[in-house]
Amino acid sequence: MDFRLTEDQRALRRGVRELLGRLFDREALRGAVDEPSLDRGLWRELGDAGFFALRLPEEEGGVGLGLPEAVLVFEEAGRVLLPGPLVATHLAAGAVPGAADGSVVVTSVDEDLVPWLDEADVVLGDVSGAVQVRSVDPLTPLHRVPGTGGATGAAEAALLTAAEQVGSAQATLDTAVSHARARSQFGQVIGGFQAVKHLCAGMLVRTELARAAVWAASVTGDAVEVAGAKLLADDAAVRNARDCLQVHGGMGFTWEADVHLHLKRAWVRAELRMPAARAEEAVAAGL
Amino acid sequence: MDLSCTEEEEAYRARLREWLAATLPGLPERPDPLDWPARRAYDCGWQRRLYDAGYADTHWDASPTQRLVFLEETERAGAPYVGANFVGLLHAGPTIAAEGTDAQRERWLPPVLRGDEVWCQGFSEPDAGSDLASLRTRAVRDGDAYVVTGQKIWTSHAEVADWCELLVRTDPEAPKHQGITWLAMPMDAPGITVRPLRTLAGSTEFAEVFLDEVRVPVANRVGEENDGWRVTMVTLSFERGTAFVGEVVACRRLLGELARTARKNGTWDDPVLRRRLGRLSAEFQALWRLTQANVSEAQATGGVPGAGGSVFKLHYSHARQELYDAAAAVLGPDALDLGREWNLDRLSSLSYTIAAGTSQIQRNIVAERILGLPKGR
Ligand SMILES: Cc1cc2nc3c(=O)[nH]c(=O)nc-3n(C[C@H](O)[C@H](O)[C@H](O)COP(=O)(O)OP(=O)(O)OC[C@H]3O[C@@H](n4cnc5c(N)ncnc54)[C@H](O)[C@@H]3O)c2cc1C
Repeated sequence: MDFRLTEDQRALRRGVRELLGRLFDREALRGAVDEPSLDRGLWRELGDAGFFALRLPEEEGGVGLGLPEAVLVFEEAGRVLLPGPLVATHLAAGAVPGAADGSVVVTSVDEDLVPWLDEADVVLGDVSGAVQVRSVDPLTPLHRVPGTGGATGAAEAALLTAAEQVGSAQATLDTAVSHARARSQFGQVIGGFQAVKHLCAGMLVRTELARAAVWAASVTGDAVEVAGAKLLADDAAVRNARDCLQVHGGMGFTWEADVHLHLKRAWVRAELRMPAARAEEAVAAGL
Repeated sequence: MDLSCTEEEEAYRARLREWLAATLPGLPERPDPLDWPARRAYDCGWQRRLYDAGYADTHWDASPTQRLVFLEETERAGAPYVGANFVGLLHAGPTIAAEGTDAQRERWLPPVLRGDEVWCQGFSEPDAGSDLASLRTRAVRDGDAYVVTGQKIWTSHAEVADWCELLVRTDPEAPKHQGITWLAMPMDAPGITVRPLRTLAGSTEFAEVFLDEVRVPVANRVGEENDGWRVTMVTLSFERGTAFVGEVVACRRLLGELARTARKNGTWDDPVLRRRLGRLSAEFQALWRLTQANVSEAQATGGVPGAGGSVFKLHYSHARQELYDAAAAVLGPDALDLGREWNLDRLSSLSYTIAAGTSQIQRNIVAERILGLPKGR
C-alpha cells in the first residue's frame, strides 16, 4: 500500500493545472459569467488535451488512463470552475461519436435536471417536457424535466462530480487562507484571530477527508464507497464556500468575489449525480 | 494511489485471521471495568498471547501496511483492545524506538511487547494542560540521578503502571520549550504517591501523581537534557497520528452492530435515523482512508506521523461522539441504562475531544502548521 500519488500522477496533475491556467484563467471565468455560453473553442482544446478521451484505450485514440487519474483531472476542473457538461461528455467518450475529441458536446438528464440543454449536441435521456429554470449558478444553465428523480449516470458520474467538489473545496480553502493572511483589522491580520483560524482549520479537515474518500473510491470503484465520497465531497464544497464567504466579510457577499460562483456550482453539483438523501441511503444499505 | 496488499501481507492477514478465530473463544471473561488489577492482568495476558504467537511487534517494527492489516483484523474479529498497554505500545514505545539508545530499546521495549510492563504518561499538570510546555515539575541533577519534585494529573493507568514517561523541567531559566527533559520513571520509586481520580463514567481511569524528591537515574533520560520538547513532539505525533487507528475499525464494526439492532427494534424504518447512520458510515470509511493516506505519508518521510494526525484526530473524535449519540437514538429509552452495551462507551467518548490535545488545540495546530496562519492567542 502506498496511497500517495505516483510520480506520473503528480506530473499529470501539474500538467492539467498548467493547462487550465492557460485555457481558463480568472479572466476567462469572469468573461464566461458575463456572457454564459459554452465556449466551443475551449471544448475542443480540452478534447485535444485528452480531457474527454482520458480513459479510452490507446488503440481507440484515448489516453488509456484510469479512474484515479480522471479524478485528479476533475479535481483541477472543479478548482477553476471549468464550465460545461464535463462529466457527461467525458463518460460519453467512445460511445457518442465526437465526444472524445471535444467536437461534440454531450449532456444528460440526471435527477430531473438537464444542464446545458440548449448548447449540447447530444442529450442522453428523455427531455420531453423540459422547462428552463432560472439557474442559481450563472455558469450552469438548467432545465427541469418532469419525472420522479433518479439518475442516468453510473457511480462513475457521481465520483467525477465528487472530484470536482473536492477541487472547489480546495480552491475556497486556499482563497480563504490567503485573504486571512492579507487582510488586517484591529492592527493585525485577521488570520491571527482564532475564530478565523478555526474556520480555516475546519475547511482543511473537510477537504482532506473528502479527498481521501474520493481517491480511495476511484481505486476500489466500490459503489457504496462512491456514494460516501459524494456525500463528503458535497459537504466539503458547500460548507467550505460558506466559510470562505464568511472569512471575506462584506467582500464575500459581492458579485465581484468568486466565492459565490463556487457556492452556487457546489449547490448544483450536490443536487446532481446522487444527492445527499440517496447517497446516505446507499451507504446505509451497505451496513 | 495504491491500496493493495502484497502477497506477503495477504498471507499474513490469512494467518492472523486463522489464529484469531482459534484463539479468541479461549480468552477469559472480560474483567469488571472497576477492577484495575484484573484489567491489567487481562490486557497483559492478551498482549502475551500476541507475543507468543509472533504478532506483538506490529506496533512499531512492522511495515505500516502490516500494522494496518493487524489492526483491521483484530478489530474485525472483536479482539481485545490494547487497554492498559496503550501508552507502552502506542506512545512511549514508539518514542523510545525512535529516540532511545540501543541500551534503552533493549531494556524497555521487549517487556512492553511481552505484556510484562505497563507504562503511563506523566505529561499534564494542574497548571499545564493545553499549555503543556509551561509544566513545572522540577528535576535537579544529583550525581547520576535526577531528583524530581512536583505533581502530575490525568495520568491514565497510573494505578497499575510500572513505568511513567515523565516530562520534567531541568532548566527553569530557559524559555519554556527549551528547559524540558523526557524521563522514564519507575513507578515503584520512593516518593511517588498515586491518588486515583474518578471519571464521569464512574471508573478510575486516571490519577493524580505526586512526586516528592523521586530519584530517577540519568540513564533513564531519552534524548538530551533540555531537549525533551522535541522528543515530546515525536511522542504526540504518534499519539495523534497512529494511536487511534484501530478504533476507527472498531467504529465501523459498531456501525454494523447498530444497523442490526436498528433493523430488529424497528428504528431502521425511520429514514432520518437511517440516513444519519449512513452518513456516519461514510465518515468512518473516509477516516480509514485518511489513515491510509497518513500512514503512507509517514512511511515515506521516515516513520514519524506528520500534522496530518491532527486533521485525523479532529474529525475522528467528533465523529465518534456522534456515533454514540446515534447509538442512543437507536436504543431510545434503553440509552439510559448503563447495563446496556454502548452506554458506558458513550460516556467515555466525551473525553475524546479533550484527551491527547483538545479540539481547539488541534485546530490551532492545523491552522498554524499546515495552513501557515500566524501564531497568536
Ligand atoms: C480521559 C483522559 C485521559 C487523559 N490521560 C492523560 C495521560 O495519561 N497523561 C497526561 O499527561 N494527560 C492526560 N490527559 C490530559 C489531557 O491531555 C488534558 O486534559 C488536555 O491536554 C487539556 O488540558 P486541561 O485539562 O488542562 O484543559 P485546559 O488546557 O485548561 O483547557 C480548557 C479549555 O480551554 C481551551 N483552551 C486552552 N488553551 C486554548 C487555546 N490556546 N486556544 C483555544 N482554546 C484553548 C481548551 O480547548 C479547553 O476547551 C487525559 C485527559 C483525559 C480527559
